[in-house]
Amino acid sequence: MPSTYFDYSATTPVDPRVAKVMMNYLTLDGVFGNPASRSHSYGWEAEAAIEKARKQVADLLNCDPREIVWTSGATESDNLCLKGTAHFYHKKGKHIITSKIEHKAILDTCRQLEREGYEVTYLDPSSEGIITPDQVAAAIREDTILVSLMHVNNEIGVITDIKAIGEVTSAAKVVFHVDAAQSPCKAEIDLQDMKVDLMSFSAHKAYGPKGIGVAFVRRKPRARLEAQMHGGGHERGMRSGTLPTHQIVGMGEAFAIAKQEMAADLKKMTKLRDRFWNEIKDMEEIYLNGSMEQRVPHNLNVSFNYIEGESLMMSLKDMAVSSGSACTSISLEPSYVLRALGRNDELAHSSIRFTFGRYTTEAEVDQAVKDIKVAVNKLRELSPLWDMYKDGVDISAIEWAAH
Amino acid sequence: MAYSDKVINHYEHPRNVGKLDTDSAKVGTGMVGAPACGDVMRLQIEVSEGGIIEDAKFKTYGCGSAIASSSLATEWLKGKNLEEASKIKNTEIVEELALPPVKIHCSVLAEDAIKAAIDDYKKKQGSAPAQAEAAG
Ligand SMILES: Cc1ncc(COP(=O)(O)O)c(C=O)c1O
Repeated sequence: MPSTYFDYSATTPVDPRVAKVMMNYLTLDGVFGNPASRSHSYGWEAEAAIEKARKQVADLLNCDPREIVWTSGATESDNLCLKGTAHFYHKKGKHIITSKIEHKAILDTCRQLEREGYEVTYLDPSSEGIITPDQVAAAIREDTILVSLMHVNNEIGVITDIKAIGEVTSAAKVVFHVDAAQSPCKAEIDLQDMKVDLMSFSAHKAYGPKGIGVAFVRRKPRARLEAQMHGGGHERGMRSGTLPTHQIVGMGEAFAIAKQEMAADLKKMTKLRDRFWNEIKDMEEIYLNGSMEQRVPHNLNVSFNYIEGESLMMSLKDMAVSSGSACTSISLEPSYVLRALGRNDELAHSSIRFTFGRYTTEAEVDQAVKDIKVAVNKLRELSPLWDMYKDGVDISAIEWAAH
Repeated sequence: MAYSDKVINHYEHPRNVGKLDTDSAKVGTGMVGAPACGDVMRLQIEVSEGGIIEDAKFKTYGCGSAIASSSLATEWLKGKNLEEASKIKNTEIVEELALPPVKIHCSVLAEDAIKAAIDDYKKKQGSAPAQAEAAG
């Protein structure tokens, strides 16, 4: 039996309606032409499909279709926006502001820019995972060229107040980039109302295919970028490479469905989340990571104190979830996001992220809650730390030998 | 990550979970690892007058491989004398449980726990007569 999927923030399945559309753009009897071919109908039809998808994406974001640049995903969009802005404005200044809880696509790109001689300020979130407009205002300097912050955090689901921060960056005439890979279907975006210059999106977090994404590049006031991918001059020179028509129509369709169904999706996910949380919140020594108020409704990131996350996931083998524990990732550090929130190592190691989606059912949630309770009890019986906690020993006061 | 059947077996049916009387002169306790690193093992042995390990118990906070390594260690310890017990090598645990390279540290921790438990027992034995003398 396949396990129940509770990892919608890692990726989503492609909506069957999306897959159906995509299949029309691959084979000989479909629209397989190169959208850049100007001399025949194969090319024209493909181009028309691309432009339709561009409009579908723009409609969800409330922007101009000409502000949409196709990329291979949010990682590429992040790279293009950060490096492209930094390289374009390097004569104006070399200071960039971001935060400690960004996705690696931002943090690693910033590290690269540091190697190139840029200086990066990493803002600390509050214990709830929030970055405030005041923090951004205080960090902006004479030589600041770019602020990059995420809209919805992928680990803890906390929403950043992009609208308010956009007022700060726009008054200071600093470019504002937002990684919104996690937003579609979950958090409202209105680019007429948000003073954001650049924004990154991915299709596969919103029931579209993997390997396709978008960079929003504002026209008024115009955001200037240096291209990172050179070639045939596609996408107004900002991103060369033959456009993958089937991927693009998939993203367009996914975003069109998101626009139609977001309100219903949100309602459903809130209901599932509450059902889940109300059942487990009274368990002993469990902690919700990130603000409950300023949060997307499909994410619960929970630390089960005195239990290590990977062993908990092993017990929850009928559920596909992810953990902030060290043992699950290549690096041996526990989640840097939870550490940035000030969570101690035990709590960071004991965290599990549950994310719900369009196909999650109440029965699945009920089963999950049951399984979690059994697993947590079992593992606490096995845990020397739980013993010590129950005996009233202060674990933080013990001097552990490092290893 | 995929776990070997043996790891899963120990994880689902851990052997010798529990706690022995830490204050008993017959019991040696080894507590190794650190919460910050994501694993803590407590391994205890109870030694007969003839120097044979009669009982062994563990509790482990850590990943499945850490739990399996310590569970296996308690199985192997029972019936051995201290000399034999101190010769258990982490590589044998790696082999028995088919641990992948990223989990070798779990077996190292189990070996450390065995050594720490034996040391604790020996220390208690060494200091017991001295205490008796002082009392007399
Ligand atoms: C916040 C955030 N940014 C960037 C990415 C990378 O997106 P992609 O997989 O499209 O490259 C992800 C997804 O892992 C994400 O959650």
